[in-house]
Amino acid sequence: MSRLTVRDLSVWLQGAPIVRNVSCAVGAGEIVGVIGPNGAGKSTLLRAACALIPAAAGAAVLDGQEITAMSPDARARAIAYLPQRHVLHWDLSLSQVVSLGRLPHVSGMDRLTPADRDAIGRAMEIAEITAFADRRVGTLSGGELARGMLARALAVEAPLLFADEPVAALDPYHALHIMELLRDLARSGRAVLVVLHDLTLALRFCDRLLLLQGGRLIAEGAPQDVLVPERLEAAYRVNAEYGVRAGEPYIVPWTRLPGGGLG
Amino acid sequence: MNRSASRTVLLDAALVGVIAILIVASLLIGQVHLPLGDVIGGALGAAPAKSTIIIQQLRLPRTLLALLAGAGLGLAGAVLQGFLRNPLADPGVIGISAAGSLGAVVAIYFGIYAASAWVIPLGAMSTCAVATIILYVIAARNVGTLTLLLAGIAINSLCLALISLCMNLSTNPYAVSEMVFWLMGSVSNRTLFDLGIAAPFVLAGILILLRSGKVLDAMSLGEEVARSLGVALQRERIFLIGGVACIVGGVVSVAGGIGFVGLVVPHLMRPLAGHLPSRILVPSMLGGAALLLAADIVVRLMANGPELQLGVLTSLIGAPFFFYLIVRRKALSDE
Repeated sequence: MSRLTVRDLSVWLQGAPIVRNVSCAVGAGEIVGVIGPNGAGKSTLLRAACALIPAAAGAAVLDGQEITAMSPDARARAIAYLPQRHVLHWDLSLSQVVSLGRLPHVSGMDRLTPADRDAIGRAMEIAEITAFADRRVGTLSGGELARGMLARALAVEAPLLFADEPVAALDPYHALHIMELLRDLARSGRAVLVVLHDLTLALRFCDRLLLLQGGRLIAEGAPQDVLVPERLEAAYRVNAEYGVRAGEPYIVPWTRLPGGGLG
Repeated sequence: MNRSASRTVLLDAALVGVIAILIVASLLIGQVHLPLGDVIGGALGAAPAKSTIIIQQLRLPRTLLALLAGAGLGLAGAVLQGFLRNPLADPGVIGISAAGSLGAVVAIYFGIYAASAWVIPLGAMSTCAVATIILYVIAARNVGTLTLLLAGIAINSLCLALISLCMNLSTNPYAVSEMVFWLMGSVSNRTLFDLGIAAPFVLAGILILLRSGKVLDAMSLGEEVARSLGVALQRERIFLIGGVACIVGGVVSVAGGIGFVGLVVPHLMRPLAGHLPSRILVPSMLGGAALLLAADIVVRLMANGPELQLGVLTSLIGAPFFFYLIVRRKALSDE
């Protein structure tokens, strides 16, 4: 059972503190949302927690081992990372892109074993992209691409998945689809850390939320306890409408507070 | 996946076949007509003295050097395009090629090249080494790949300016024409000695770069995801720059500036081998060898009057072909 613990993590980028003294944890079986206004340090926290950028202080520890002390391959096998922007430089098929997720396990793409192919097949099934796996990535719609890139991250079969705004550019149908997939992953025993801007998705799909503002963790806990009016006003500078539908709460940001935003 | 992998093997086999045919043609074709028996005998040292000399001292070094340079440049081009994720990249863009030319031109400028066959290669290699060290210093600052590319372009421009300066200030017209011929690039009149200078560097570079497939594949998803997939980017940069520098330094030091092979060959191979960067490495190496040797055979067949320099021919054919590739590519992506 994997558990990532972040202790007093601080990150400076270009002389400015972006993440300040954040401590948090994510464990197997749970989906933890990272929320906060633009510039709060959400993506930076995610990237530093998997050692993509160096931390100025503090540490991220995975099952007792500091992640900066792990070999690049071991780290890559432990934490799958799905960035906010999907980059693909060559005209590859979707199945080739998903296969790239096996690179931490093999010495090269011509060395994929049957076990690797099984993992690729499972990832494509989970993300429901098997039907168009042979298509060129350039021909896919935004929703198909998002699921394809998620499948690439799933093919790593890492116990932890970090996803940075996986629903940012998606229509409601595909956003719900991705969130359902992430929740199912957590239910199947993985640890999922996901950056979100949609507060209702955060409220409905996450087991716990981390609310960042100005690089600091200002609230942590169950979604209903974090997303309360005073915190939304302080962090996001908005008034929101709260409601309940079929027993599930929702939030609709409604008006800006006077005095300007924070990020 | 299996299908495209076996397609790559077929392509590699076909290219090896083409190279074999070109080697025979290259040994047969020249100003003096030699029958096939003399060619084979000459290569084994068992033919009449004249044939043996022509084969062993003229055609064999030339053939091997064309193969070596073409293989190295084709592979270096494929690696750089994958690493910089830029289809316009070639061994020239990181400045090492121009740096090597500068070293050779300086050696010619000071007239010291006649002293020993070592002077021009050593001059070229030392400037290549300086350019490589500059790139390493920049890469060590953990800058992005784009910064590295821009630094290479700056080095390239500075070296070209210094080459022009040498030509400008040279009072000896023979030296200037030597420089110009050298800059054009050629494998003619090279000896086994020249081959011996270039081969260790080019072969070392090839060995380094052939291992880069995994890194290049990961890089196709961008630097950040590549690192999340376990690529130690900083270390890999050192290896890749070093490998390219070995190849380009080795080639430039004995054959001068041969353009367009590294740029065009990967583009020729992609439609055949697929776009996955690791899949075009071996085909680009073999294709580069075949292309450069074929070009050198054409140069010899056209030898009425002054012989066309190999680098001139590769650019003459390469540039319009590259233009065609770009236009076709644009048309496809507009669909």
